[in-house]
Formats: sequence, structure tokens, C-alpha cells
Amino acid sequence: MRTIPLPGRLTVGGLAALALLGTSACSVFQSNDSGGGSKDGAIAVAASESSCDVAAESGKAGTLVFDVTNKGSKVTEFELLAEDGLRILGEVENVGPGLTRQLVVSAPEGKYQTACIPGMVGKGMRNAFTVEKGAKGAGEITGVDAKTIDAATAQYASYVKNQSGQLLVDAKAFTAAYTAGDDDKARALYPTARMPWEAVEPVAESFGDLDPKTDLREADLEKGQKWTGWHRIEKDLWPPKTGYTALTPAQRKTYAADLMTNLTTLNTRVKTLDFGVDQIANGSKGLLDEVAASKITGEEDIWSHTDLYDFQANVTGAKAGFEVLKPLLQVKDPELATTLDQRFTAMQTELDEYRDGDGFVTYTQVTEAQRKQLSDAVNALAEPLSKVTAALTL
Amino acid sequence: MLGATGAGALGLAGAGAGGWALGRTDDAPATADRGRFAFHGTHQAGIVTPAQDRLHFASFDVTATSREDLIGLLRTWTAAAAEMTRGAQVGGDAPEPYDAPPSDTGEALGLPPSGLTLTFGFGPTLFTKEGEDRFGLAERQPAGLQTLPHFPADALRPERSGGDLCVQACADDPQVAVHAIRNLSRLAFGTAVLRWSQLGFGRTSSTTRSQSTPRNLFGFKDGTANIKAEDTPEIDRFVWVRPEDDPDAEWLAGGSYLVARRINMRIEQWDSTSLSEQEAVVGRDRTAGAPLSGGTEHTDPDFSRRGSAGPLIPVDAHVRLAHPAQNRGVQLLRRGYNFTDGNDELGRLDAGLFFIAFVRDPVTGYVPMQNQLSKSDAMMEYLQHTGSALFAVPPGVQPGHYLGQSLFT
Repeated sequence: MRTIPLPGRLTVGGLAALALLGTSACSVFQSNDSGGGSKDGAIAVAASESSCDVAAESGKAGTLVFDVTNKGSKVTEFELLAEDGLRILGEVENVGPGLTRQLVVSAPEGKYQTACIPGMVGKGMRNAFTVEKGAKGAGEITGVDAKTIDAATAQYASYVKNQSGQLLVDAKAFTAAYTAGDDDKARALYPTARMPWEAVEPVAESFGDLDPKTDLREADLEKGQKWTGWHRIEKDLWPPKTGYTALTPAQRKTYAADLMTNLTTLNTRVKTLDFGVDQIANGSKGLLDEVAASKITGEEDIWSHTDLYDFQANVTGAKAGFEVLKPLLQVKDPELATTLDQRFTAMQTELDEYRDGDGFVTYTQVTEAQRKQLSDAVNALAEPLSKVTAALTL
Repeated sequence: MLGATGAGALGLAGAGAGGWALGRTDDAPATADRGRFAFHGTHQAGIVTPAQDRLHFASFDVTATSREDLIGLLRTWTAAAAEMTRGAQVGGDAPEPYDAPPSDTGEALGLPPSGLTLTFGFGPTLFTKEGEDRFGLAERQPAGLQTLPHFPADALRPERSGGDLCVQACADDPQVAVHAIRNLSRLAFGTAVLRWSQLGFGRTSSTTRSQSTPRNLFGFKDGTANIKAEDTPEIDRFVWVRPEDDPDAEWLAGGSYLVARRINMRIEQWDSTSLSEQEAVVGRDRTAGAPLSGGTEHTDPDFSRRGSAGPLIPVDAHVRLAHPAQNRGVQLLRRGYNFTDGNDELGRLDAGLFFIAFVRDPVTGYVPMQNQLSKSDAMMEYLQHTGSALFAVPPGVQPGHYLGQSLFT
């Protein structure tokens, strides 16, 4: 995450300028050999507090690779900019002293500037850089216009708000039944009330304080830590046969109110949230990681065994992220978009095997062999999903 | 994770341009140089090449349903295998974007090729499964490629047996072998899934004359009578499939069959057995590996030589029942490994021999011998077969081709 904001770089507006400049990505998968790339001839850059030595003054159109070595003692940054010295084509930042990091950037013929920015503040040290004509077709890259990007990020922001709003409604009905002592109803509502939460879980997790209060499992607790949230109530509704003391009505009220307070806070906070495409893509991948880590194993809902609802909600949330990014991805890497379409469908088909009425069978009914099949589908989906961020942001 | 700073429209901003356009570079020269084996050749490496010290063997189930996807996987594996055997990273050491997971998982970075060989095979279920011709290959299923029959005392576990595809990764560094299987599994996500895999930590056979004979976990030299790479006539006769062997499976010419058996050893019982009993079971002396009929390790056993109580090499000794003389002259190229997978719930070592053999025809070259051993070998008292698989190993890959291409064209 960027820490030093610089004018014209953080916003989508800045991006628009970029996209119009006509540089942008060819993707990880387009292993076209439009030639000209300087694969074997990475350009060495030695950056220190007082100097910025770029080993070459020019390169061939297409893929340029800079090996940026920080020879100074401050954290540094290296950028390739357009001739006007404002628009950034590519950058590596947060390069610690002594480290080397690669900048891989695709650029057409033209005049450019390079910049080393020790301390990552200010204009840095500039050098002129020329990109010469490469092989035919090199450096001609498709971009995505700003409108498409804005539409995608706005769409995801409203998705999150919708889910968070729905969560409040569902959780209210659930906690009301629970505090009223209507355990059957509460048990029926628990798995579905959690689904909007699970669909946007990485957003909730990004607020360091809310997730532990809300979604910690008993096994996650530190010694002495107070246990609150969804799973505390879950255990009370599906208590172990022995050695468990049921919560009193007063205690029930406390835990229910606490859950509602935290979910209300979440709802307030997401209203002002904006998302970048990388955050959406990484969030989608994060949801699949959630599935692989705790749903596949049945560790999420160890008392109610309603893991498949959470599983479904995670997949739905990941798919929502993918869907808003799809118009971008179809430009940047159509093959990856197609693969993801197929893998999401396969994942859903697999999950649909376990439907039971409006919901899902309990996870204890899913055999080890079936769990392996689900796990295989998750792996098959997570691998291409992990490539979306780079495909979009390069 | 998503940032919460509200301002976070990082997105494409700042990242700007990038990407690259690099093809995969091709293979190293077709020679072995200091711990590096050529990937391309007439035969696949990892069969008659000198046995390395470590193994990671993996069996896969193909989940894709189209022939194109299967071929796509074989192409991807071919490229990655060529890269890894020459000591390069998957993806060919090309520069990669910082925001993407690296193409190569990285744990072999900085390690030498370590003699890595990757040997690929096709299981019977790739051709037909439950009567279904899955990829239009049924007509070309070799006659010898059938699930191995049940042998006496088999205790096979389905989750350690069979599979549509196999990869035998051998290297002198276990990290290099595991790295190879891990990356091939990852490349297969969505097309094939790992069914089972087995680590082996010590070779139990030598495949060239320059290698000394190693010991198995019973403490005895193993593989003394193995066919060696230098035995060209025997290799041709017992290892490589010939075009005329099977008219439906000419594609397999220059290839072989790989028999895999996970053989657990009852270590604790064996260790409480007297040396005289151990040697009688094996038919050789433990120290030098000489047959009990006398001589040194490489002296031919004399099965008729008698002592005071019958033949010096007992009638049910392992060496006798496994000997070519008792098996219509059949010989095997063995390439097995010792393994230990921790212990069982009773605190006994889960250990034994992961048996691998390459044969020209499993029907005549393996099944009768194993049946005889399983039925009569005195060693069976200390063994339990817990996994089994048979694969057809296609011939070597030519530059520009993919693994098993002859099967699909």
C-alpha cells in the first residue's frame, strides 16, 4: 500500500491520463513475442541518495526491464514517466537499502524520463530515456478507459454497501429470535444471516478491530481473551452434549447486542469506502483462501456444521468481485477472463451437489472424498484468480 | 486484504504500464553435464539414467473432460519439465510482475539441477474408466496396460493406488524433487488433481555399474542383480517397448511400463528376527550381499548347492523366487526407494520400500513373478503391499514436441 501520496498518482483521474497515453498492459498470459523486449538486456539502475545511474539511455519498444538496485541508505523508488515528467508509466517503490527489484514495463516508441526518488518524496533525480522503434507491433497495447474502471470500482463499492445493509437486516432477525429464546428459529436463521458477512469478509477483516470481535472461532482465542460474536452464539445454539453451561437470557442479550453494535459499525464504515481494482481482485482471491483455510476443513462452524453456507457466500463474494472486473479483464487478458468464467461455473456446479431445499446439507454429511472434490475445485479457481491483479495493474 | 483508508483507489493508478512478451526458451544441450540430464531424447530420462538418491513420485487424476485440455496440460508440463531439469525456474527465469504470484514457487532457487529427472506415465484409467472412452484414446490403450491383478496378501489402499497420470521426480536433493512435483501439481490445477504422492529418501537400486549397491530398510543390499544401463541387450529385451509389441499401441515404442508398489515392511518384527533367519529369508549374507551358496556379491547364486539341512539358499528365499532362473529368464529394471511416512497409530514405523520397476511387458515381465513372490516368498511374512499402480511410459520427447505426443497424433 502506498504511503506517500503524490499529486496526480493516486486517483482514478491520474489513471485516465495514463490509459489515454496508450500504455498499459499486455498480460501475464499473452506470451506473444512482439519482440523488442529487453529480456536478456535488463537495464541496471543504481539508485542512491545522491545519484541515479541508469545503465542505458534508451531501449527498444515493447517490454522494458529495469533492475533497480538501492545503493543508498534510504528507502527508494524508481519510476518511468512520460516526457512531460508527470504521468507515470510504471514504478517500483519501497525498495529497501541493498535490495534489487525489477520494474517490468511495456512502452511504445517515444521520449520518457526516469526518476530515482530516495526517501520516496519529491521529484527525485531525473534522466532522459528514449524508447526506440522495436519490432513491428511492439509496444502497441490495449488500454482500458477511465470510465470502465470507474464503473467497475463504483459497482463493487455499492455491492459491498448492499451486502452490509442486508447483513444488518438479517442479523437483526437472527439476534431477535435468539434473545427471545426461540432457538429453532435462531438456528434456522443463523447460516443465512451470516452469508452477507461472508460475501464481503475481506472488507470486514480490513478493519482490524471488527473481525476478531465478530467472527473469532473458539479455537482462535488467546488465553484470557473474551469470546464474542457469531460463533459464541453458535455454540450456545448447538451446545456440546456435556460440559457446557447455557447462556442466561441476560447473557444472550449482551452477546446479541454486541454483535449488532459491531455490524452497525461495519455498515457505517463501508459507506465511505472506495476500492481500487487491485483491492477488489485481491479481495476475491482472499475469499477463496478463506474457503480453503477453514470451510473445506469444516472448522468454521464446528457446532452448527453449516459451513457450506459460508462456503457459498465466499464464492458468491469472489464472483461478485470478478464480475465487476470482467470488462477490464476482457481487454487486458480475455483468455484469463474465459478461464475464470469456466472455473466459477465448475465451482458452483460442485457446490450445487449439496443443495438441500433453500440451503445446504450439514457439512458432516459431506464425505472425505467429496471434500477433496470441493477442494480441487477451489484450487482450480484460486490459481487463475491469483493472476487477476497483475493482469489488470500492469 | 482490502485497505480501509477510504482513499484507496490504488487500482491501476501508479502501476501504469507493464507486461512483457517473452517466449519460453528451449532446452539445454542434449548432454548430461555434472548433475544435469537432458530432458529431450529417444527415451525419457529417469529410467536407465543413474538412479539418484531421492524420489518424489506423484499420481494424478485428470478432472478435465476434453482432449484439448489434456493435451494442454501435457504441453504445459513439457515446458516446465524442460525448464526444471536444466535448473531453471518454471517460466524460464523471465522477469515477472511484482503484483502476481511468481510462476515458480521458489524453493529451488539457487540450487543446482541436482540431477533432476522427470518421468511421465499414463495409467489405464486415462484410456477407459468405468467403460467410458474419456478422451478418444480407448482404441490405443496398450493391451498390457490394465490395473494389476490382486496378488495374494495384497492390502491395497485405493487412495494410494492407481491414477491417470504419473510423474516420477528423482534428484540428488529432495528439495529439488519436491519442488518439481509441487510446481507440476500447481500447473495442473483445474485439469488434474494430485491423487497420491510418495517421498523416497534412499535409492534401493543401482542402475549403472559405477554405482555401489545400496541397502533397503531390512539392512540388506538390494538390487544386486538389477539390469544396468550398460547391459544394452538386456535393456532392449526387457525394458523398451518395440513397435511390433502391440499393433494398437505403436505410440508406446521406445517407451516402457512403470510398475509402482508401495511395500510396507514390518520393521519391528524383522528387527527381532535372528540374523540366520533374516539371511535365510533373503538368501544372501547381510554384510557383503553374497548369495548363501557362496562367493561375493556379484557371484551367481547356486540354487542346487546343498548344506546339512537342504539347499543353502532355501526354497522360499527371496533371491531364489525373484531370480530370472525361476521366472522364465525374465529380468526387471528396478528403481525403487526406501520410504518412511512417520508412524502408524500404534507407534510403529510406517516404512518400507517404494518399488518401481520398468518393464517391456507387465503381463509376462512382472505379473507372474509378483504372483509367485506374493504366494511363496518367505519375506512376505514381513511385508504388506499397500499401494499399487501401473503406467505406460511414453517414449522420450523430441524438441518442439510434447510429452506423449505420439499417443494423440
